[in-house]
Amino acid sequence: MTKKILLLAHLDESGNGLPKAAGEALGAAVDLAKQLNAPLSIGLIGGDVQAAADSVANSGAQRLLAVTGSEFANPRFASDLLAADALCRAASADLILAPATSRFLRALPGLAHRLNGRVDTHVTSIQVVDGELCATRWFYRQRIEGVFQRDLRPWILLLDSGCHEAYCGPSGKATIEEIAVALSAEARRTTIAGIRAPKSDSQTIRPDAALLFVAGAGWTKKQPDGKSHPEQAESLILGFLRASGASLGGSKSLVDQSGENQAVLGFMTHLNQVGQTGATPRHPKGLSTCCHGEEPHVVGWRFINERRAINLDPNCGWARGKADVLYVADAFDVMAKVNELLKKPQA
Amino acid sequence: MSNGYHIVVCGSVVPDPLQTLEPIETPAGPALKNEMLLPAVLDPWAAHALYEAANLAAHAAGSKVWLVSLGARAKLRQVMMTIAQKVSFELVPIDGPASGFIDAHATAALLAEAIQSITGLDRSRLLLFGGWESASRGAGVTMQLIGERLGILDQFQGVDQLTMQPDGAFEILERIEGGRHQVSLCQGPPALFGWATGNLPEPRNNPQIGMANMRAIMPALQRAKTVAPAPDALRYRSASPPKQQRQTRIVKNLSAEEIAREIVAWIEKA
Ligand SMILES: Cc1cc2nc3c(=O)[nH]c(=O)nc-3n(C[C@H](O)[C@H](O)[C@H](O)COP(=O)(O)OP(=O)(O)OC[C@H]3O[C@@H](n4cnc5c(N)ncnc54)[C@H](O)[C@@H]3O)c2cc1C
Repeated sequence: MTKKILLLAHLDESGNGLPKAAGEALGAAVDLAKQLNAPLSIGLIGGDVQAAADSVANSGAQRLLAVTGSEFANPRFASDLLAADALCRAASADLILAPATSRFLRALPGLAHRLNGRVDTHVTSIQVVDGELCATRWFYRQRIEGVFQRDLRPWILLLDSGCHEAYCGPSGKATIEEIAVALSAEARRTTIAGIRAPKSDSQTIRPDAALLFVAGAGWTKKQPDGKSHPEQAESLILGFLRASGASLGGSKSLVDQSGENQAVLGFMTHLNQVGQTGATPRHPKGLSTCCHGEEPHVVGWRFINERRAINLDPNCGWARGKADVLYVADAFDVMAKVNELLKKPQA
Repeated sequence: MSNGYHIVVCGSVVPDPLQTLEPIETPAGPALKNEMLLPAVLDPWAAHALYEAANLAAHAAGSKVWLVSLGARAKLRQVMMTIAQKVSFELVPIDGPASGFIDAHATAALLAEAIQSITGLDRSRLLLFGGWESASRGAGVTMQLIGERLGILDQFQGVDQLTMQPDGAFEILERIEGGRHQVSLCQGPPALFGWATGNLPEPRNNPQIGMANMRAIMPALQRAKTVAPAPDALRYRSASPPKQQRQTRIVKNLSAEEIAREIVAWIEKA
């Protein structure tokens, strides 16, 4: 029986608002609190949380708790863990929901140990079945979907982004209960030295894009004329990304080439890799080009709704129920035409 | 660092990602059909951690690498045949289930216990390595729980780069949203690193390293303690493969121009 729910969130990188995933987790928490008829609290971590707290002031949360100050502005395992621990204890929550942001994924599993509770990450939905809370998540890299319950409390659930409608209520004036947390010297052994991002023209990973464009190793392989054309591949792919605003994914075979002295696409890194040992991004649509569609790659497409592929091989993996449409064609020719069309104002 | 690092890598065995996985029901909860017959590999991100560990040890004299692995003895033996040829390490095997459906909390307890019992491990020089997420559970939970059990307060996940500084501190690059990295500086060991892909290619097989490793690995496998993780009140209601198999429309006879028009119309459709 759930008695108290806590929604944990941290501020976004601007230091003012909440990340999109936190709004979604709050949406889920508000729904769950209603279904279970359990009181909801919100716990915030960040430098100055007043604006974020105001944005959720009308969410129905009974308490708004916060750990604040410059030591808590940036992600760091030790301080995030202490802050989250203090918030959970202050709220005496037995169910703790939080967004599966990189910051929380790096710290909240450790919190389960401190609270002598249990934790599940990458949760894609939570439902109440026969009065009991069930969580859904994927196992074996998106190959098997499991629905499960836990008896032990507190239970911490990190909800993946894109799985619930975000909370959107009017903002108000929030009264925050500040929880004081002292950081020992041990908790400060790590300092944050900033964020390293690719130069803006090579910023190809765009989580909010409507389209994922995946490039496979075929782009750098020998073509029917017996030669490879990496420069042409690069200009077609970058031209498309510019014109369409798509996010760029790559197959492992393509991103691995950067270490192997082959003809490479300079802007491709392991961060672009989609699949078993890469990312599993969420986008409404995905277009695969010059990529075979092998299972270890396609598991990374689990959350891409509409899928199309261009491949010279009519028997590639995409043909076997993995894409909605397979165009058997030369991606160099097709993408050149696509880029022309995207540049022209449509009639 | 004068005496080098003691690097413990946690990594288990998982079914080869090229295999089709089918869940079945057992009295103990879900499991994989024919799990013991599926060819296994070292969990890919943990394998990257192992290669990074070996590389780091090679550049810090006096360092040593252990691989702590919980898995069925027969599977561990199979995977060691190849992994042992790649880099030097001492295996600390635990004979037990490596299934993704086994709770991470129970697994972490067993792994932490195994690490604590390593003879000669200097915890003040400890770097605890592993994959940031496994290919089985894919949760990123186990390593953090082990770190907590061992009292390691400096933990990093999604690590792509670890650079030692002249003063003994580390610079760490961790993956964050949007294809970027957070840069942190940590004063030194003990620390925990859940590795993503890192920067090293997979080392080539070296039969000499393999033979040297296997001399200690085979007896260690024979001695491995057999364990059963605590069930931990985790109850599965279902475990099922994805339902959706798409009806692929295969378009063969359109010109590049016609395909491009179709694709642009599709992209622009809300
Ligand atoms: C442990 C493990 C983990 C793995 N993890 C991943 C992962 O995370 N992500 C991943 O992607 N893979 C992963 N793989 C690898 C995966 O099995 C495949 O080897 C890989 O995805 C193949 O990449 P590709 O399709 O780009 O290259 P290829 O298999 O070389 O295919 C190239 C394709 O390009 C097509 N092509 C060539 N020229 C053209 C043209 N002009 N127009 C149209 N099509 C063209 C060819 O027909 C071919 O289908 C993993 C494998 C293992 C064993």
